[in-house]
Amino acid sequence: MMKQYLMSGNEAIARGAYEADVKLCSAYPGTPSTEIFETLPKYKDDLYCEWAPNEKVAAEVAYGGAVAGVRSLCAMKHVGLNVAADPIFTAAYNGIGRGFVVVSADDPSMHSSQNEQDNRFYAQHARIAMVEPSDSQECKDFMKEAYQISERFDMPVLFRTTTRVSHSKSLVVLGEREEAQPFDYHRDAKNISAPARAYQNHPKLEKNLKALEEYGCTCPINHVEMNGTKIGVITASIAYEYAKDVFPADTSFLKLGLTYPLPMKLIREFAEKVDQLYVIEELEGFMEQQIKAAGIPCTGKEKVSRLYELNPQRLQEEVFGKKPETKDVGVTAVSRPPALCPGCPHRGFFYTMSKGKNFVISGDIGCYTLGSAAPLSAVDTCVCMGGGFSVGMGMAKAFEITGQCEKKVFGVVGDSTFFHSGMTGAAEIIYNKGHMVPVVLDNHITGMTGHQDNPGTGFTLQGEIAAAIKIEDVLKAYGYEKILIVDPQDLTAMQKTVDEAEVSTVPTAIICRRPCLLIKRMKHDIGLCEVDSSKCIGCKKCLKVGCPAVMMENGKSRIDSTQCVGCTVCAQVCPKGAITRKESK
Amino acid sequence: METKHAILVGVGGQGAILTAKVLVAGLMEAGYDVKMSEVHGMSQRGGSVSTQVHWGKKVYSPVIGEGAADLLVAFEKMEAVRYSKFLKPDGIAVINDYAMPSSTTAAGLCAYPEGCVEAMKKNFKCYTLNAADIALRLGSAKCMNIVLFGAMIKALGMEDIDWEDVIRRTVPEKFLELNLQAYHAGRDAAK
Repeated sequence: MMKQYLMSGNEAIARGAYEADVKLCSAYPGTPSTEIFETLPKYKDDLYCEWAPNEKVAAEVAYGGAVAGVRSLCAMKHVGLNVAADPIFTAAYNGIGRGFVVVSADDPSMHSSQNEQDNRFYAQHARIAMVEPSDSQECKDFMKEAYQISERFDMPVLFRTTTRVSHSKSLVVLGEREEAQPFDYHRDAKNISAPARAYQNHPKLEKNLKALEEYGCTCPINHVEMNGTKIGVITASIAYEYAKDVFPADTSFLKLGLTYPLPMKLIREFAEKVDQLYVIEELEGFMEQQIKAAGIPCTGKEKVSRLYELNPQRLQEEVFGKKPETKDVGVTAVSRPPALCPGCPHRGFFYTMSKGKNFVISGDIGCYTLGSAAPLSAVDTCVCMGGGFSVGMGMAKAFEITGQCEKKVFGVVGDSTFFHSGMTGAAEIIYNKGHMVPVVLDNHITGMTGHQDNPGTGFTLQGEIAAAIKIEDVLKAYGYEKILIVDPQDLTAMQKTVDEAEVSTVPTAIICRRPCLLIKRMKHDIGLCEVDSSKCIGCKKCLKVGCPAVMMENGKSRIDSTQCVGCTVCAQVCPKGAITRKESK
Repeated sequence: METKHAILVGVGGQGAILTAKVLVAGLMEAGYDVKMSEVHGMSQRGGSVSTQVHWGKKVYSPVIGEGAADLLVAFEKMEAVRYSKFLKPDGIAVINDYAMPSSTTAAGLCAYPEGCVEAMKKNFKCYTLNAADIALRLGSAKCMNIVLFGAMIKALGMEDIDWEDVIRRTVPEKFLELNLQAYHAGRDAAK
């Protein structure tokens, strides 16, 4: 038997890229896609990989690589594709040189996302091929197929996974690395999407899609499993695995790996062979809508809800009406929500903001979204990467227009988000005279996604030393006259900084600077705080900082020594000096 | 054989994922098809976490819904209650009789529920132990997950696999002796 390896879908995608001889890889981290690029440096002798400042840049770099003659890859979470959509839509018209694959990792049920958009519609919208694997073996194998499709049909390929495909681990048999044919770059007018050329490119794309649909009827990643003629199921991606568990053994399957364009001839033939046809898919009825539009009767979203992640038991209940048998133990677990870690540098900033009566805080995506949770409750909005500054600008303008001058807007982004899309918002505030304060919470890392480097950290994905762009230099160049840099863990200094920014009459920005305690390559000053019960009056002020290590026991404050790192934020708010820090843990 | 489903639950940082990995390594050597699934993301920050392991001749879904697990291993007792709906009515639970307050109970916003272990025992066949105490007695709180692993193997009864050998090949050499002790202590303590 061939040796099998346990791999996540993301690790298998990275392996597939290596086996397909991909040479250039660029991405911005985002759950559930991140581990693809965390795996790629393993193969750095044979390929180049990098973190780009954002998904649009990543897609452009990869497209440029493909035009110039090397197989290229970019990857992002589903909402990242909203950012990267611009180059991808037009790359479809231009065509490519060597293979260009865009991985989109969707997040049904929003395990760590702000929405559960179904990115399969991007393939239809951009008129490009889409490949969907359903387990780790397919993640690896389909990558090779995706590059062949990209080159044969001269278009980008959307390689779409979901959290369950990307993060589940299953057994993989490795393959040999295939060398891609060398390519000599020559200038070609097809790569210039000026109007007249785009006009010519569009029908070419449609012709390629037609040929691709034809190919889909015989291609190796679309296959029919005939087991009977009563029920037929058309399915793809993770829904295939669920359907295999749930439908009776004599159900026939049309399992699709190439899901755009749909191989309608193959679908029609399959439909004719079975009495009853189901289309089983997670989220939207993407395939079902097209199959119904082609005049083929089928059942799909009438039964299976478009909401949230599917699983076999849900499918069983929704399709066959069989509810799983469970027991109610009669005790209810209370919620265990995520919180800013003990010692998190963001705590001091949000604690300070939580005390401001007229503060409006426009938040952003990252660990600091947790500043919205009780008891800090210091965030008004959170919508997308980079929105912290620009949404705040809109709110500040609205307050100005309606005369609500007492309200003071602070827009918050992290360091990685600043480079991602906060910089344009910072320019907007200066250019259009915004009465608001942009705040960068600089913890020297891309935190929530699991610690990836960014243009401010001084290191690249491949582990090399890089130029570290200074946020204050950027803000200064934009025209911020006052840039207040503060250690947010020093509550007195933090308060003073906020007070100064609140009344400042010149363009002012704040940088809260302290590294995340979880950064492995840094030495951290770890200590331990302790409560002197004889001094504690049980006022619960220390609970207001929202630290998981601080709790009340028998009317007195207690600090859990296994969690505390000695940041002293709780000690600084204690009115009786009952909390002190021991120097070392 | 029919596919078996185990779900390991706890609080981020308790080591449930490593425990699942040791289990998977043994199952792979025994020639089973195996799939494993865990939830990443925001849940890592002190939130409730779950890892699922499925094995059999051919495994399709890497994830199960309610009423489907043969075995629930809870690294924390309130988490046992939270995920109890995932167990089949005749499923087995291995429970660490150990409480970790959540940020909401610590802040006094709500109370940690009473009687978690008792409620589980009333409804399911249960193996319970205080793995935190056992691990501390052995010298390190960090081996708590392997103590629970021992208890899980006792509940599973998969005696044909040489689990000691699997542990030998999956944990770092430095901690091998401690983890072997933890494994045996867990097997002995689970009742």
